[in-house]
Amino acid sequence: MEILMSVIAGIIFMAATYLLLSKSLLRVIIGTALLSHGVHLLLLTMGGLKKGAPPVLSEHAKAFVDPLPQALILTAIVISFGVTSFILVMAFRAYQELHTDDMDQMRGNDQHE
Amino acid sequence: MNNFVILPILIPLLAAVALIFMNKRIMLTRVFSAAASVLAIVISGILVQTVFTKGVQTLNLGGWKAPYGIVLAADQFASLLVLTTAVIGLLIVLYSYRSIGEKRERSFYYSGVQFLLAGVSGAFLTGDLFNMYVFFELLLIASYMLIVLGGTKIQLRESLKYIVFNIVSSALFVIGVGFLYAVTGTLNMADLSVKISESGQTGLITVIGVLFLIVFGLKGGIFPFYFWLPGSYYAPPTAIAALFGALLTKVGLYAITRVFTLIFIHDTQFTHQLMMWLAALTILFGVIGSIAYSDVMKIVIYNIITAVGVILFGIAVNTPASIQGAIYYLIHDMLIKGALFMLAGTLITLTGTASLHKMSGLIKRYPVLGWMFLISAVSLAGIPPFSGFVGKFKIVEGGFAQGEFVISILVLLSSLLVLYSVLKIFMYAFWGEEKETPNQEKRTAKGLLYPAAVFLLLSLLFGLGTEYVSPYVNQAAETLLNPEKYIEAVLKE
Repeated sequence: MEILMSVIAGIIFMAATYLLLSKSLLRVIIGTALLSHGVHLLLLTMGGLKKGAPPVLSEHAKAFVDPLPQALILTAIVISFGVTSFILVMAFRAYQELHTDDMDQMRGNDQHE
Repeated sequence: MNNFVILPILIPLLAAVALIFMNKRIMLTRVFSAAASVLAIVISGILVQTVFTKGVQTLNLGGWKAPYGIVLAADQFASLLVLTTAVIGLLIVLYSYRSIGEKRERSFYYSGVQFLLAGVSGAFLTGDLFNMYVFFELLLIASYMLIVLGGTKIQLRESLKYIVFNIVSSALFVIGVGFLYAVTGTLNMADLSVKISESGQTGLITVIGVLFLIVFGLKGGIFPFYFWLPGSYYAPPTAIAALFGALLTKVGLYAITRVFTLIFIHDTQFTHQLMMWLAALTILFGVIGSIAYSDVMKIVIYNIITAVGVILFGIAVNTPASIQGAIYYLIHDMLIKGALFMLAGTLITLTGTASLHKMSGLIKRYPVLGWMFLISAVSLAGIPPFSGFVGKFKIVEGGFAQGEFVISILVLLSSLLVLYSVLKIFMYAFWGEEKETPNQEKRTAKGLLYPAAVFLLLSLLFGLGTEYVSPYVNQAAETLLNPEKYIEAVLKE
């Protein structure tokens, strides 16, 4: 199971990297979203995917799944959610101000000032 | 157990929250944020003294014992940096009064600064790797907000890149944490160190170490990963650029130091050799950048990269002398970069241009600014009575003792070129005939100069009073070189 998930996470990273390297700003943002999905999936996989009850104490199960990675992922999800919404709004503002979503035209030289 | 340890994080955090509510009343926010920063300085000063007399201070948050709960650990290295951070915070706030403009001040500017300070102090004090990630995100999100605040075209353009690079590096950070958790089953740094020394540092762990070097290198602006830095730091207003230049890259360096003196310490042959060469290339590229440009801001920005390389070399050599040197140089560089950014910003405000070819003869009109710039230039280069000397001297001493002649000589040569790059600013801008600049009205620089003067004074005292500082630095270096002390303090009982 872990091997399958690792391969899937790898494919997600591949897609994210490809999108991050593209021209359109929106594709870059989709790339960052995919990247954080891959990261969260990887974090879950790295905690181990052995069978066990959900980490809620009231169930009288013998074994539970590891609760720590779940807490870490939850934290990472809200953080990446905050950052993603911020960058989306910034992309919107940049589109309004700069009238382009082409990363090639956002080069840092003074002619665009 | 000492509740004191959390205060340097808590004060800016609470101040930031309170500042959100008093947003529209500018005078109140100014006074309040300055007061909070003064309190933070006092608290971190007491923390430094406590650590000095009683050793490493720890706090188990929520009363959970070390490997299970989150632990805050203040050793002398972290405490000194927290104190420096608090001082920089106050001076940036004071500089902002005159320079940042009311429109930005009304847009939660001071709140953002305090959140950033809380994030930086948290990243210095935490003893848990994932918690460090969270504090990194706190300071990064505050920095995203500050870098784009005002929303000019250049800011929007550059901060998009800044954010994308940081999202990628944060993703890599979490991947590294995930790998490390899979291999060791713990996230507490002291516990990680114990687990890794028990199982031996396998090739896998070294790979994770290199991944962390990449992550923190992206944050800290090390050679192949510094490409985002010149553009991003060029965009925001001076006060914010000074804050970033003094603090943000240094958090990356701190994290590298912490991780490679505490966790990945058993395969130094490979990792530290790698760091050494990266440091050499960082110095080289930083120096090339700083002599290539004739733009005041760019020169100062590339000098950050050079300094990052010098400090990284000190860490990589890993002898008592070089680690002490790295700590001296780190604190010196935080202070002097604050001063340099402020002075360069003042220069740009006064002349209305950043190009060196358009300004000259300013010494007649602004003698104080000129001489202050000269002092900061020579301390940056490390001329003996000033503050940059001791750090670089010890780093080079350590380098020679380890037989790393090539890079040590490179460090020495880099000082020369650093001096050339900042003296170029001095000679072009201050000497020569007075020229008509785009900004004709005769402005006074007074309000803007006080914070920079305090920075310079502190860095002068730091250079002249090495005798008084050295016990603290020695203690910090000792704890870094003997991680057992840190581990024992965190995992006691």
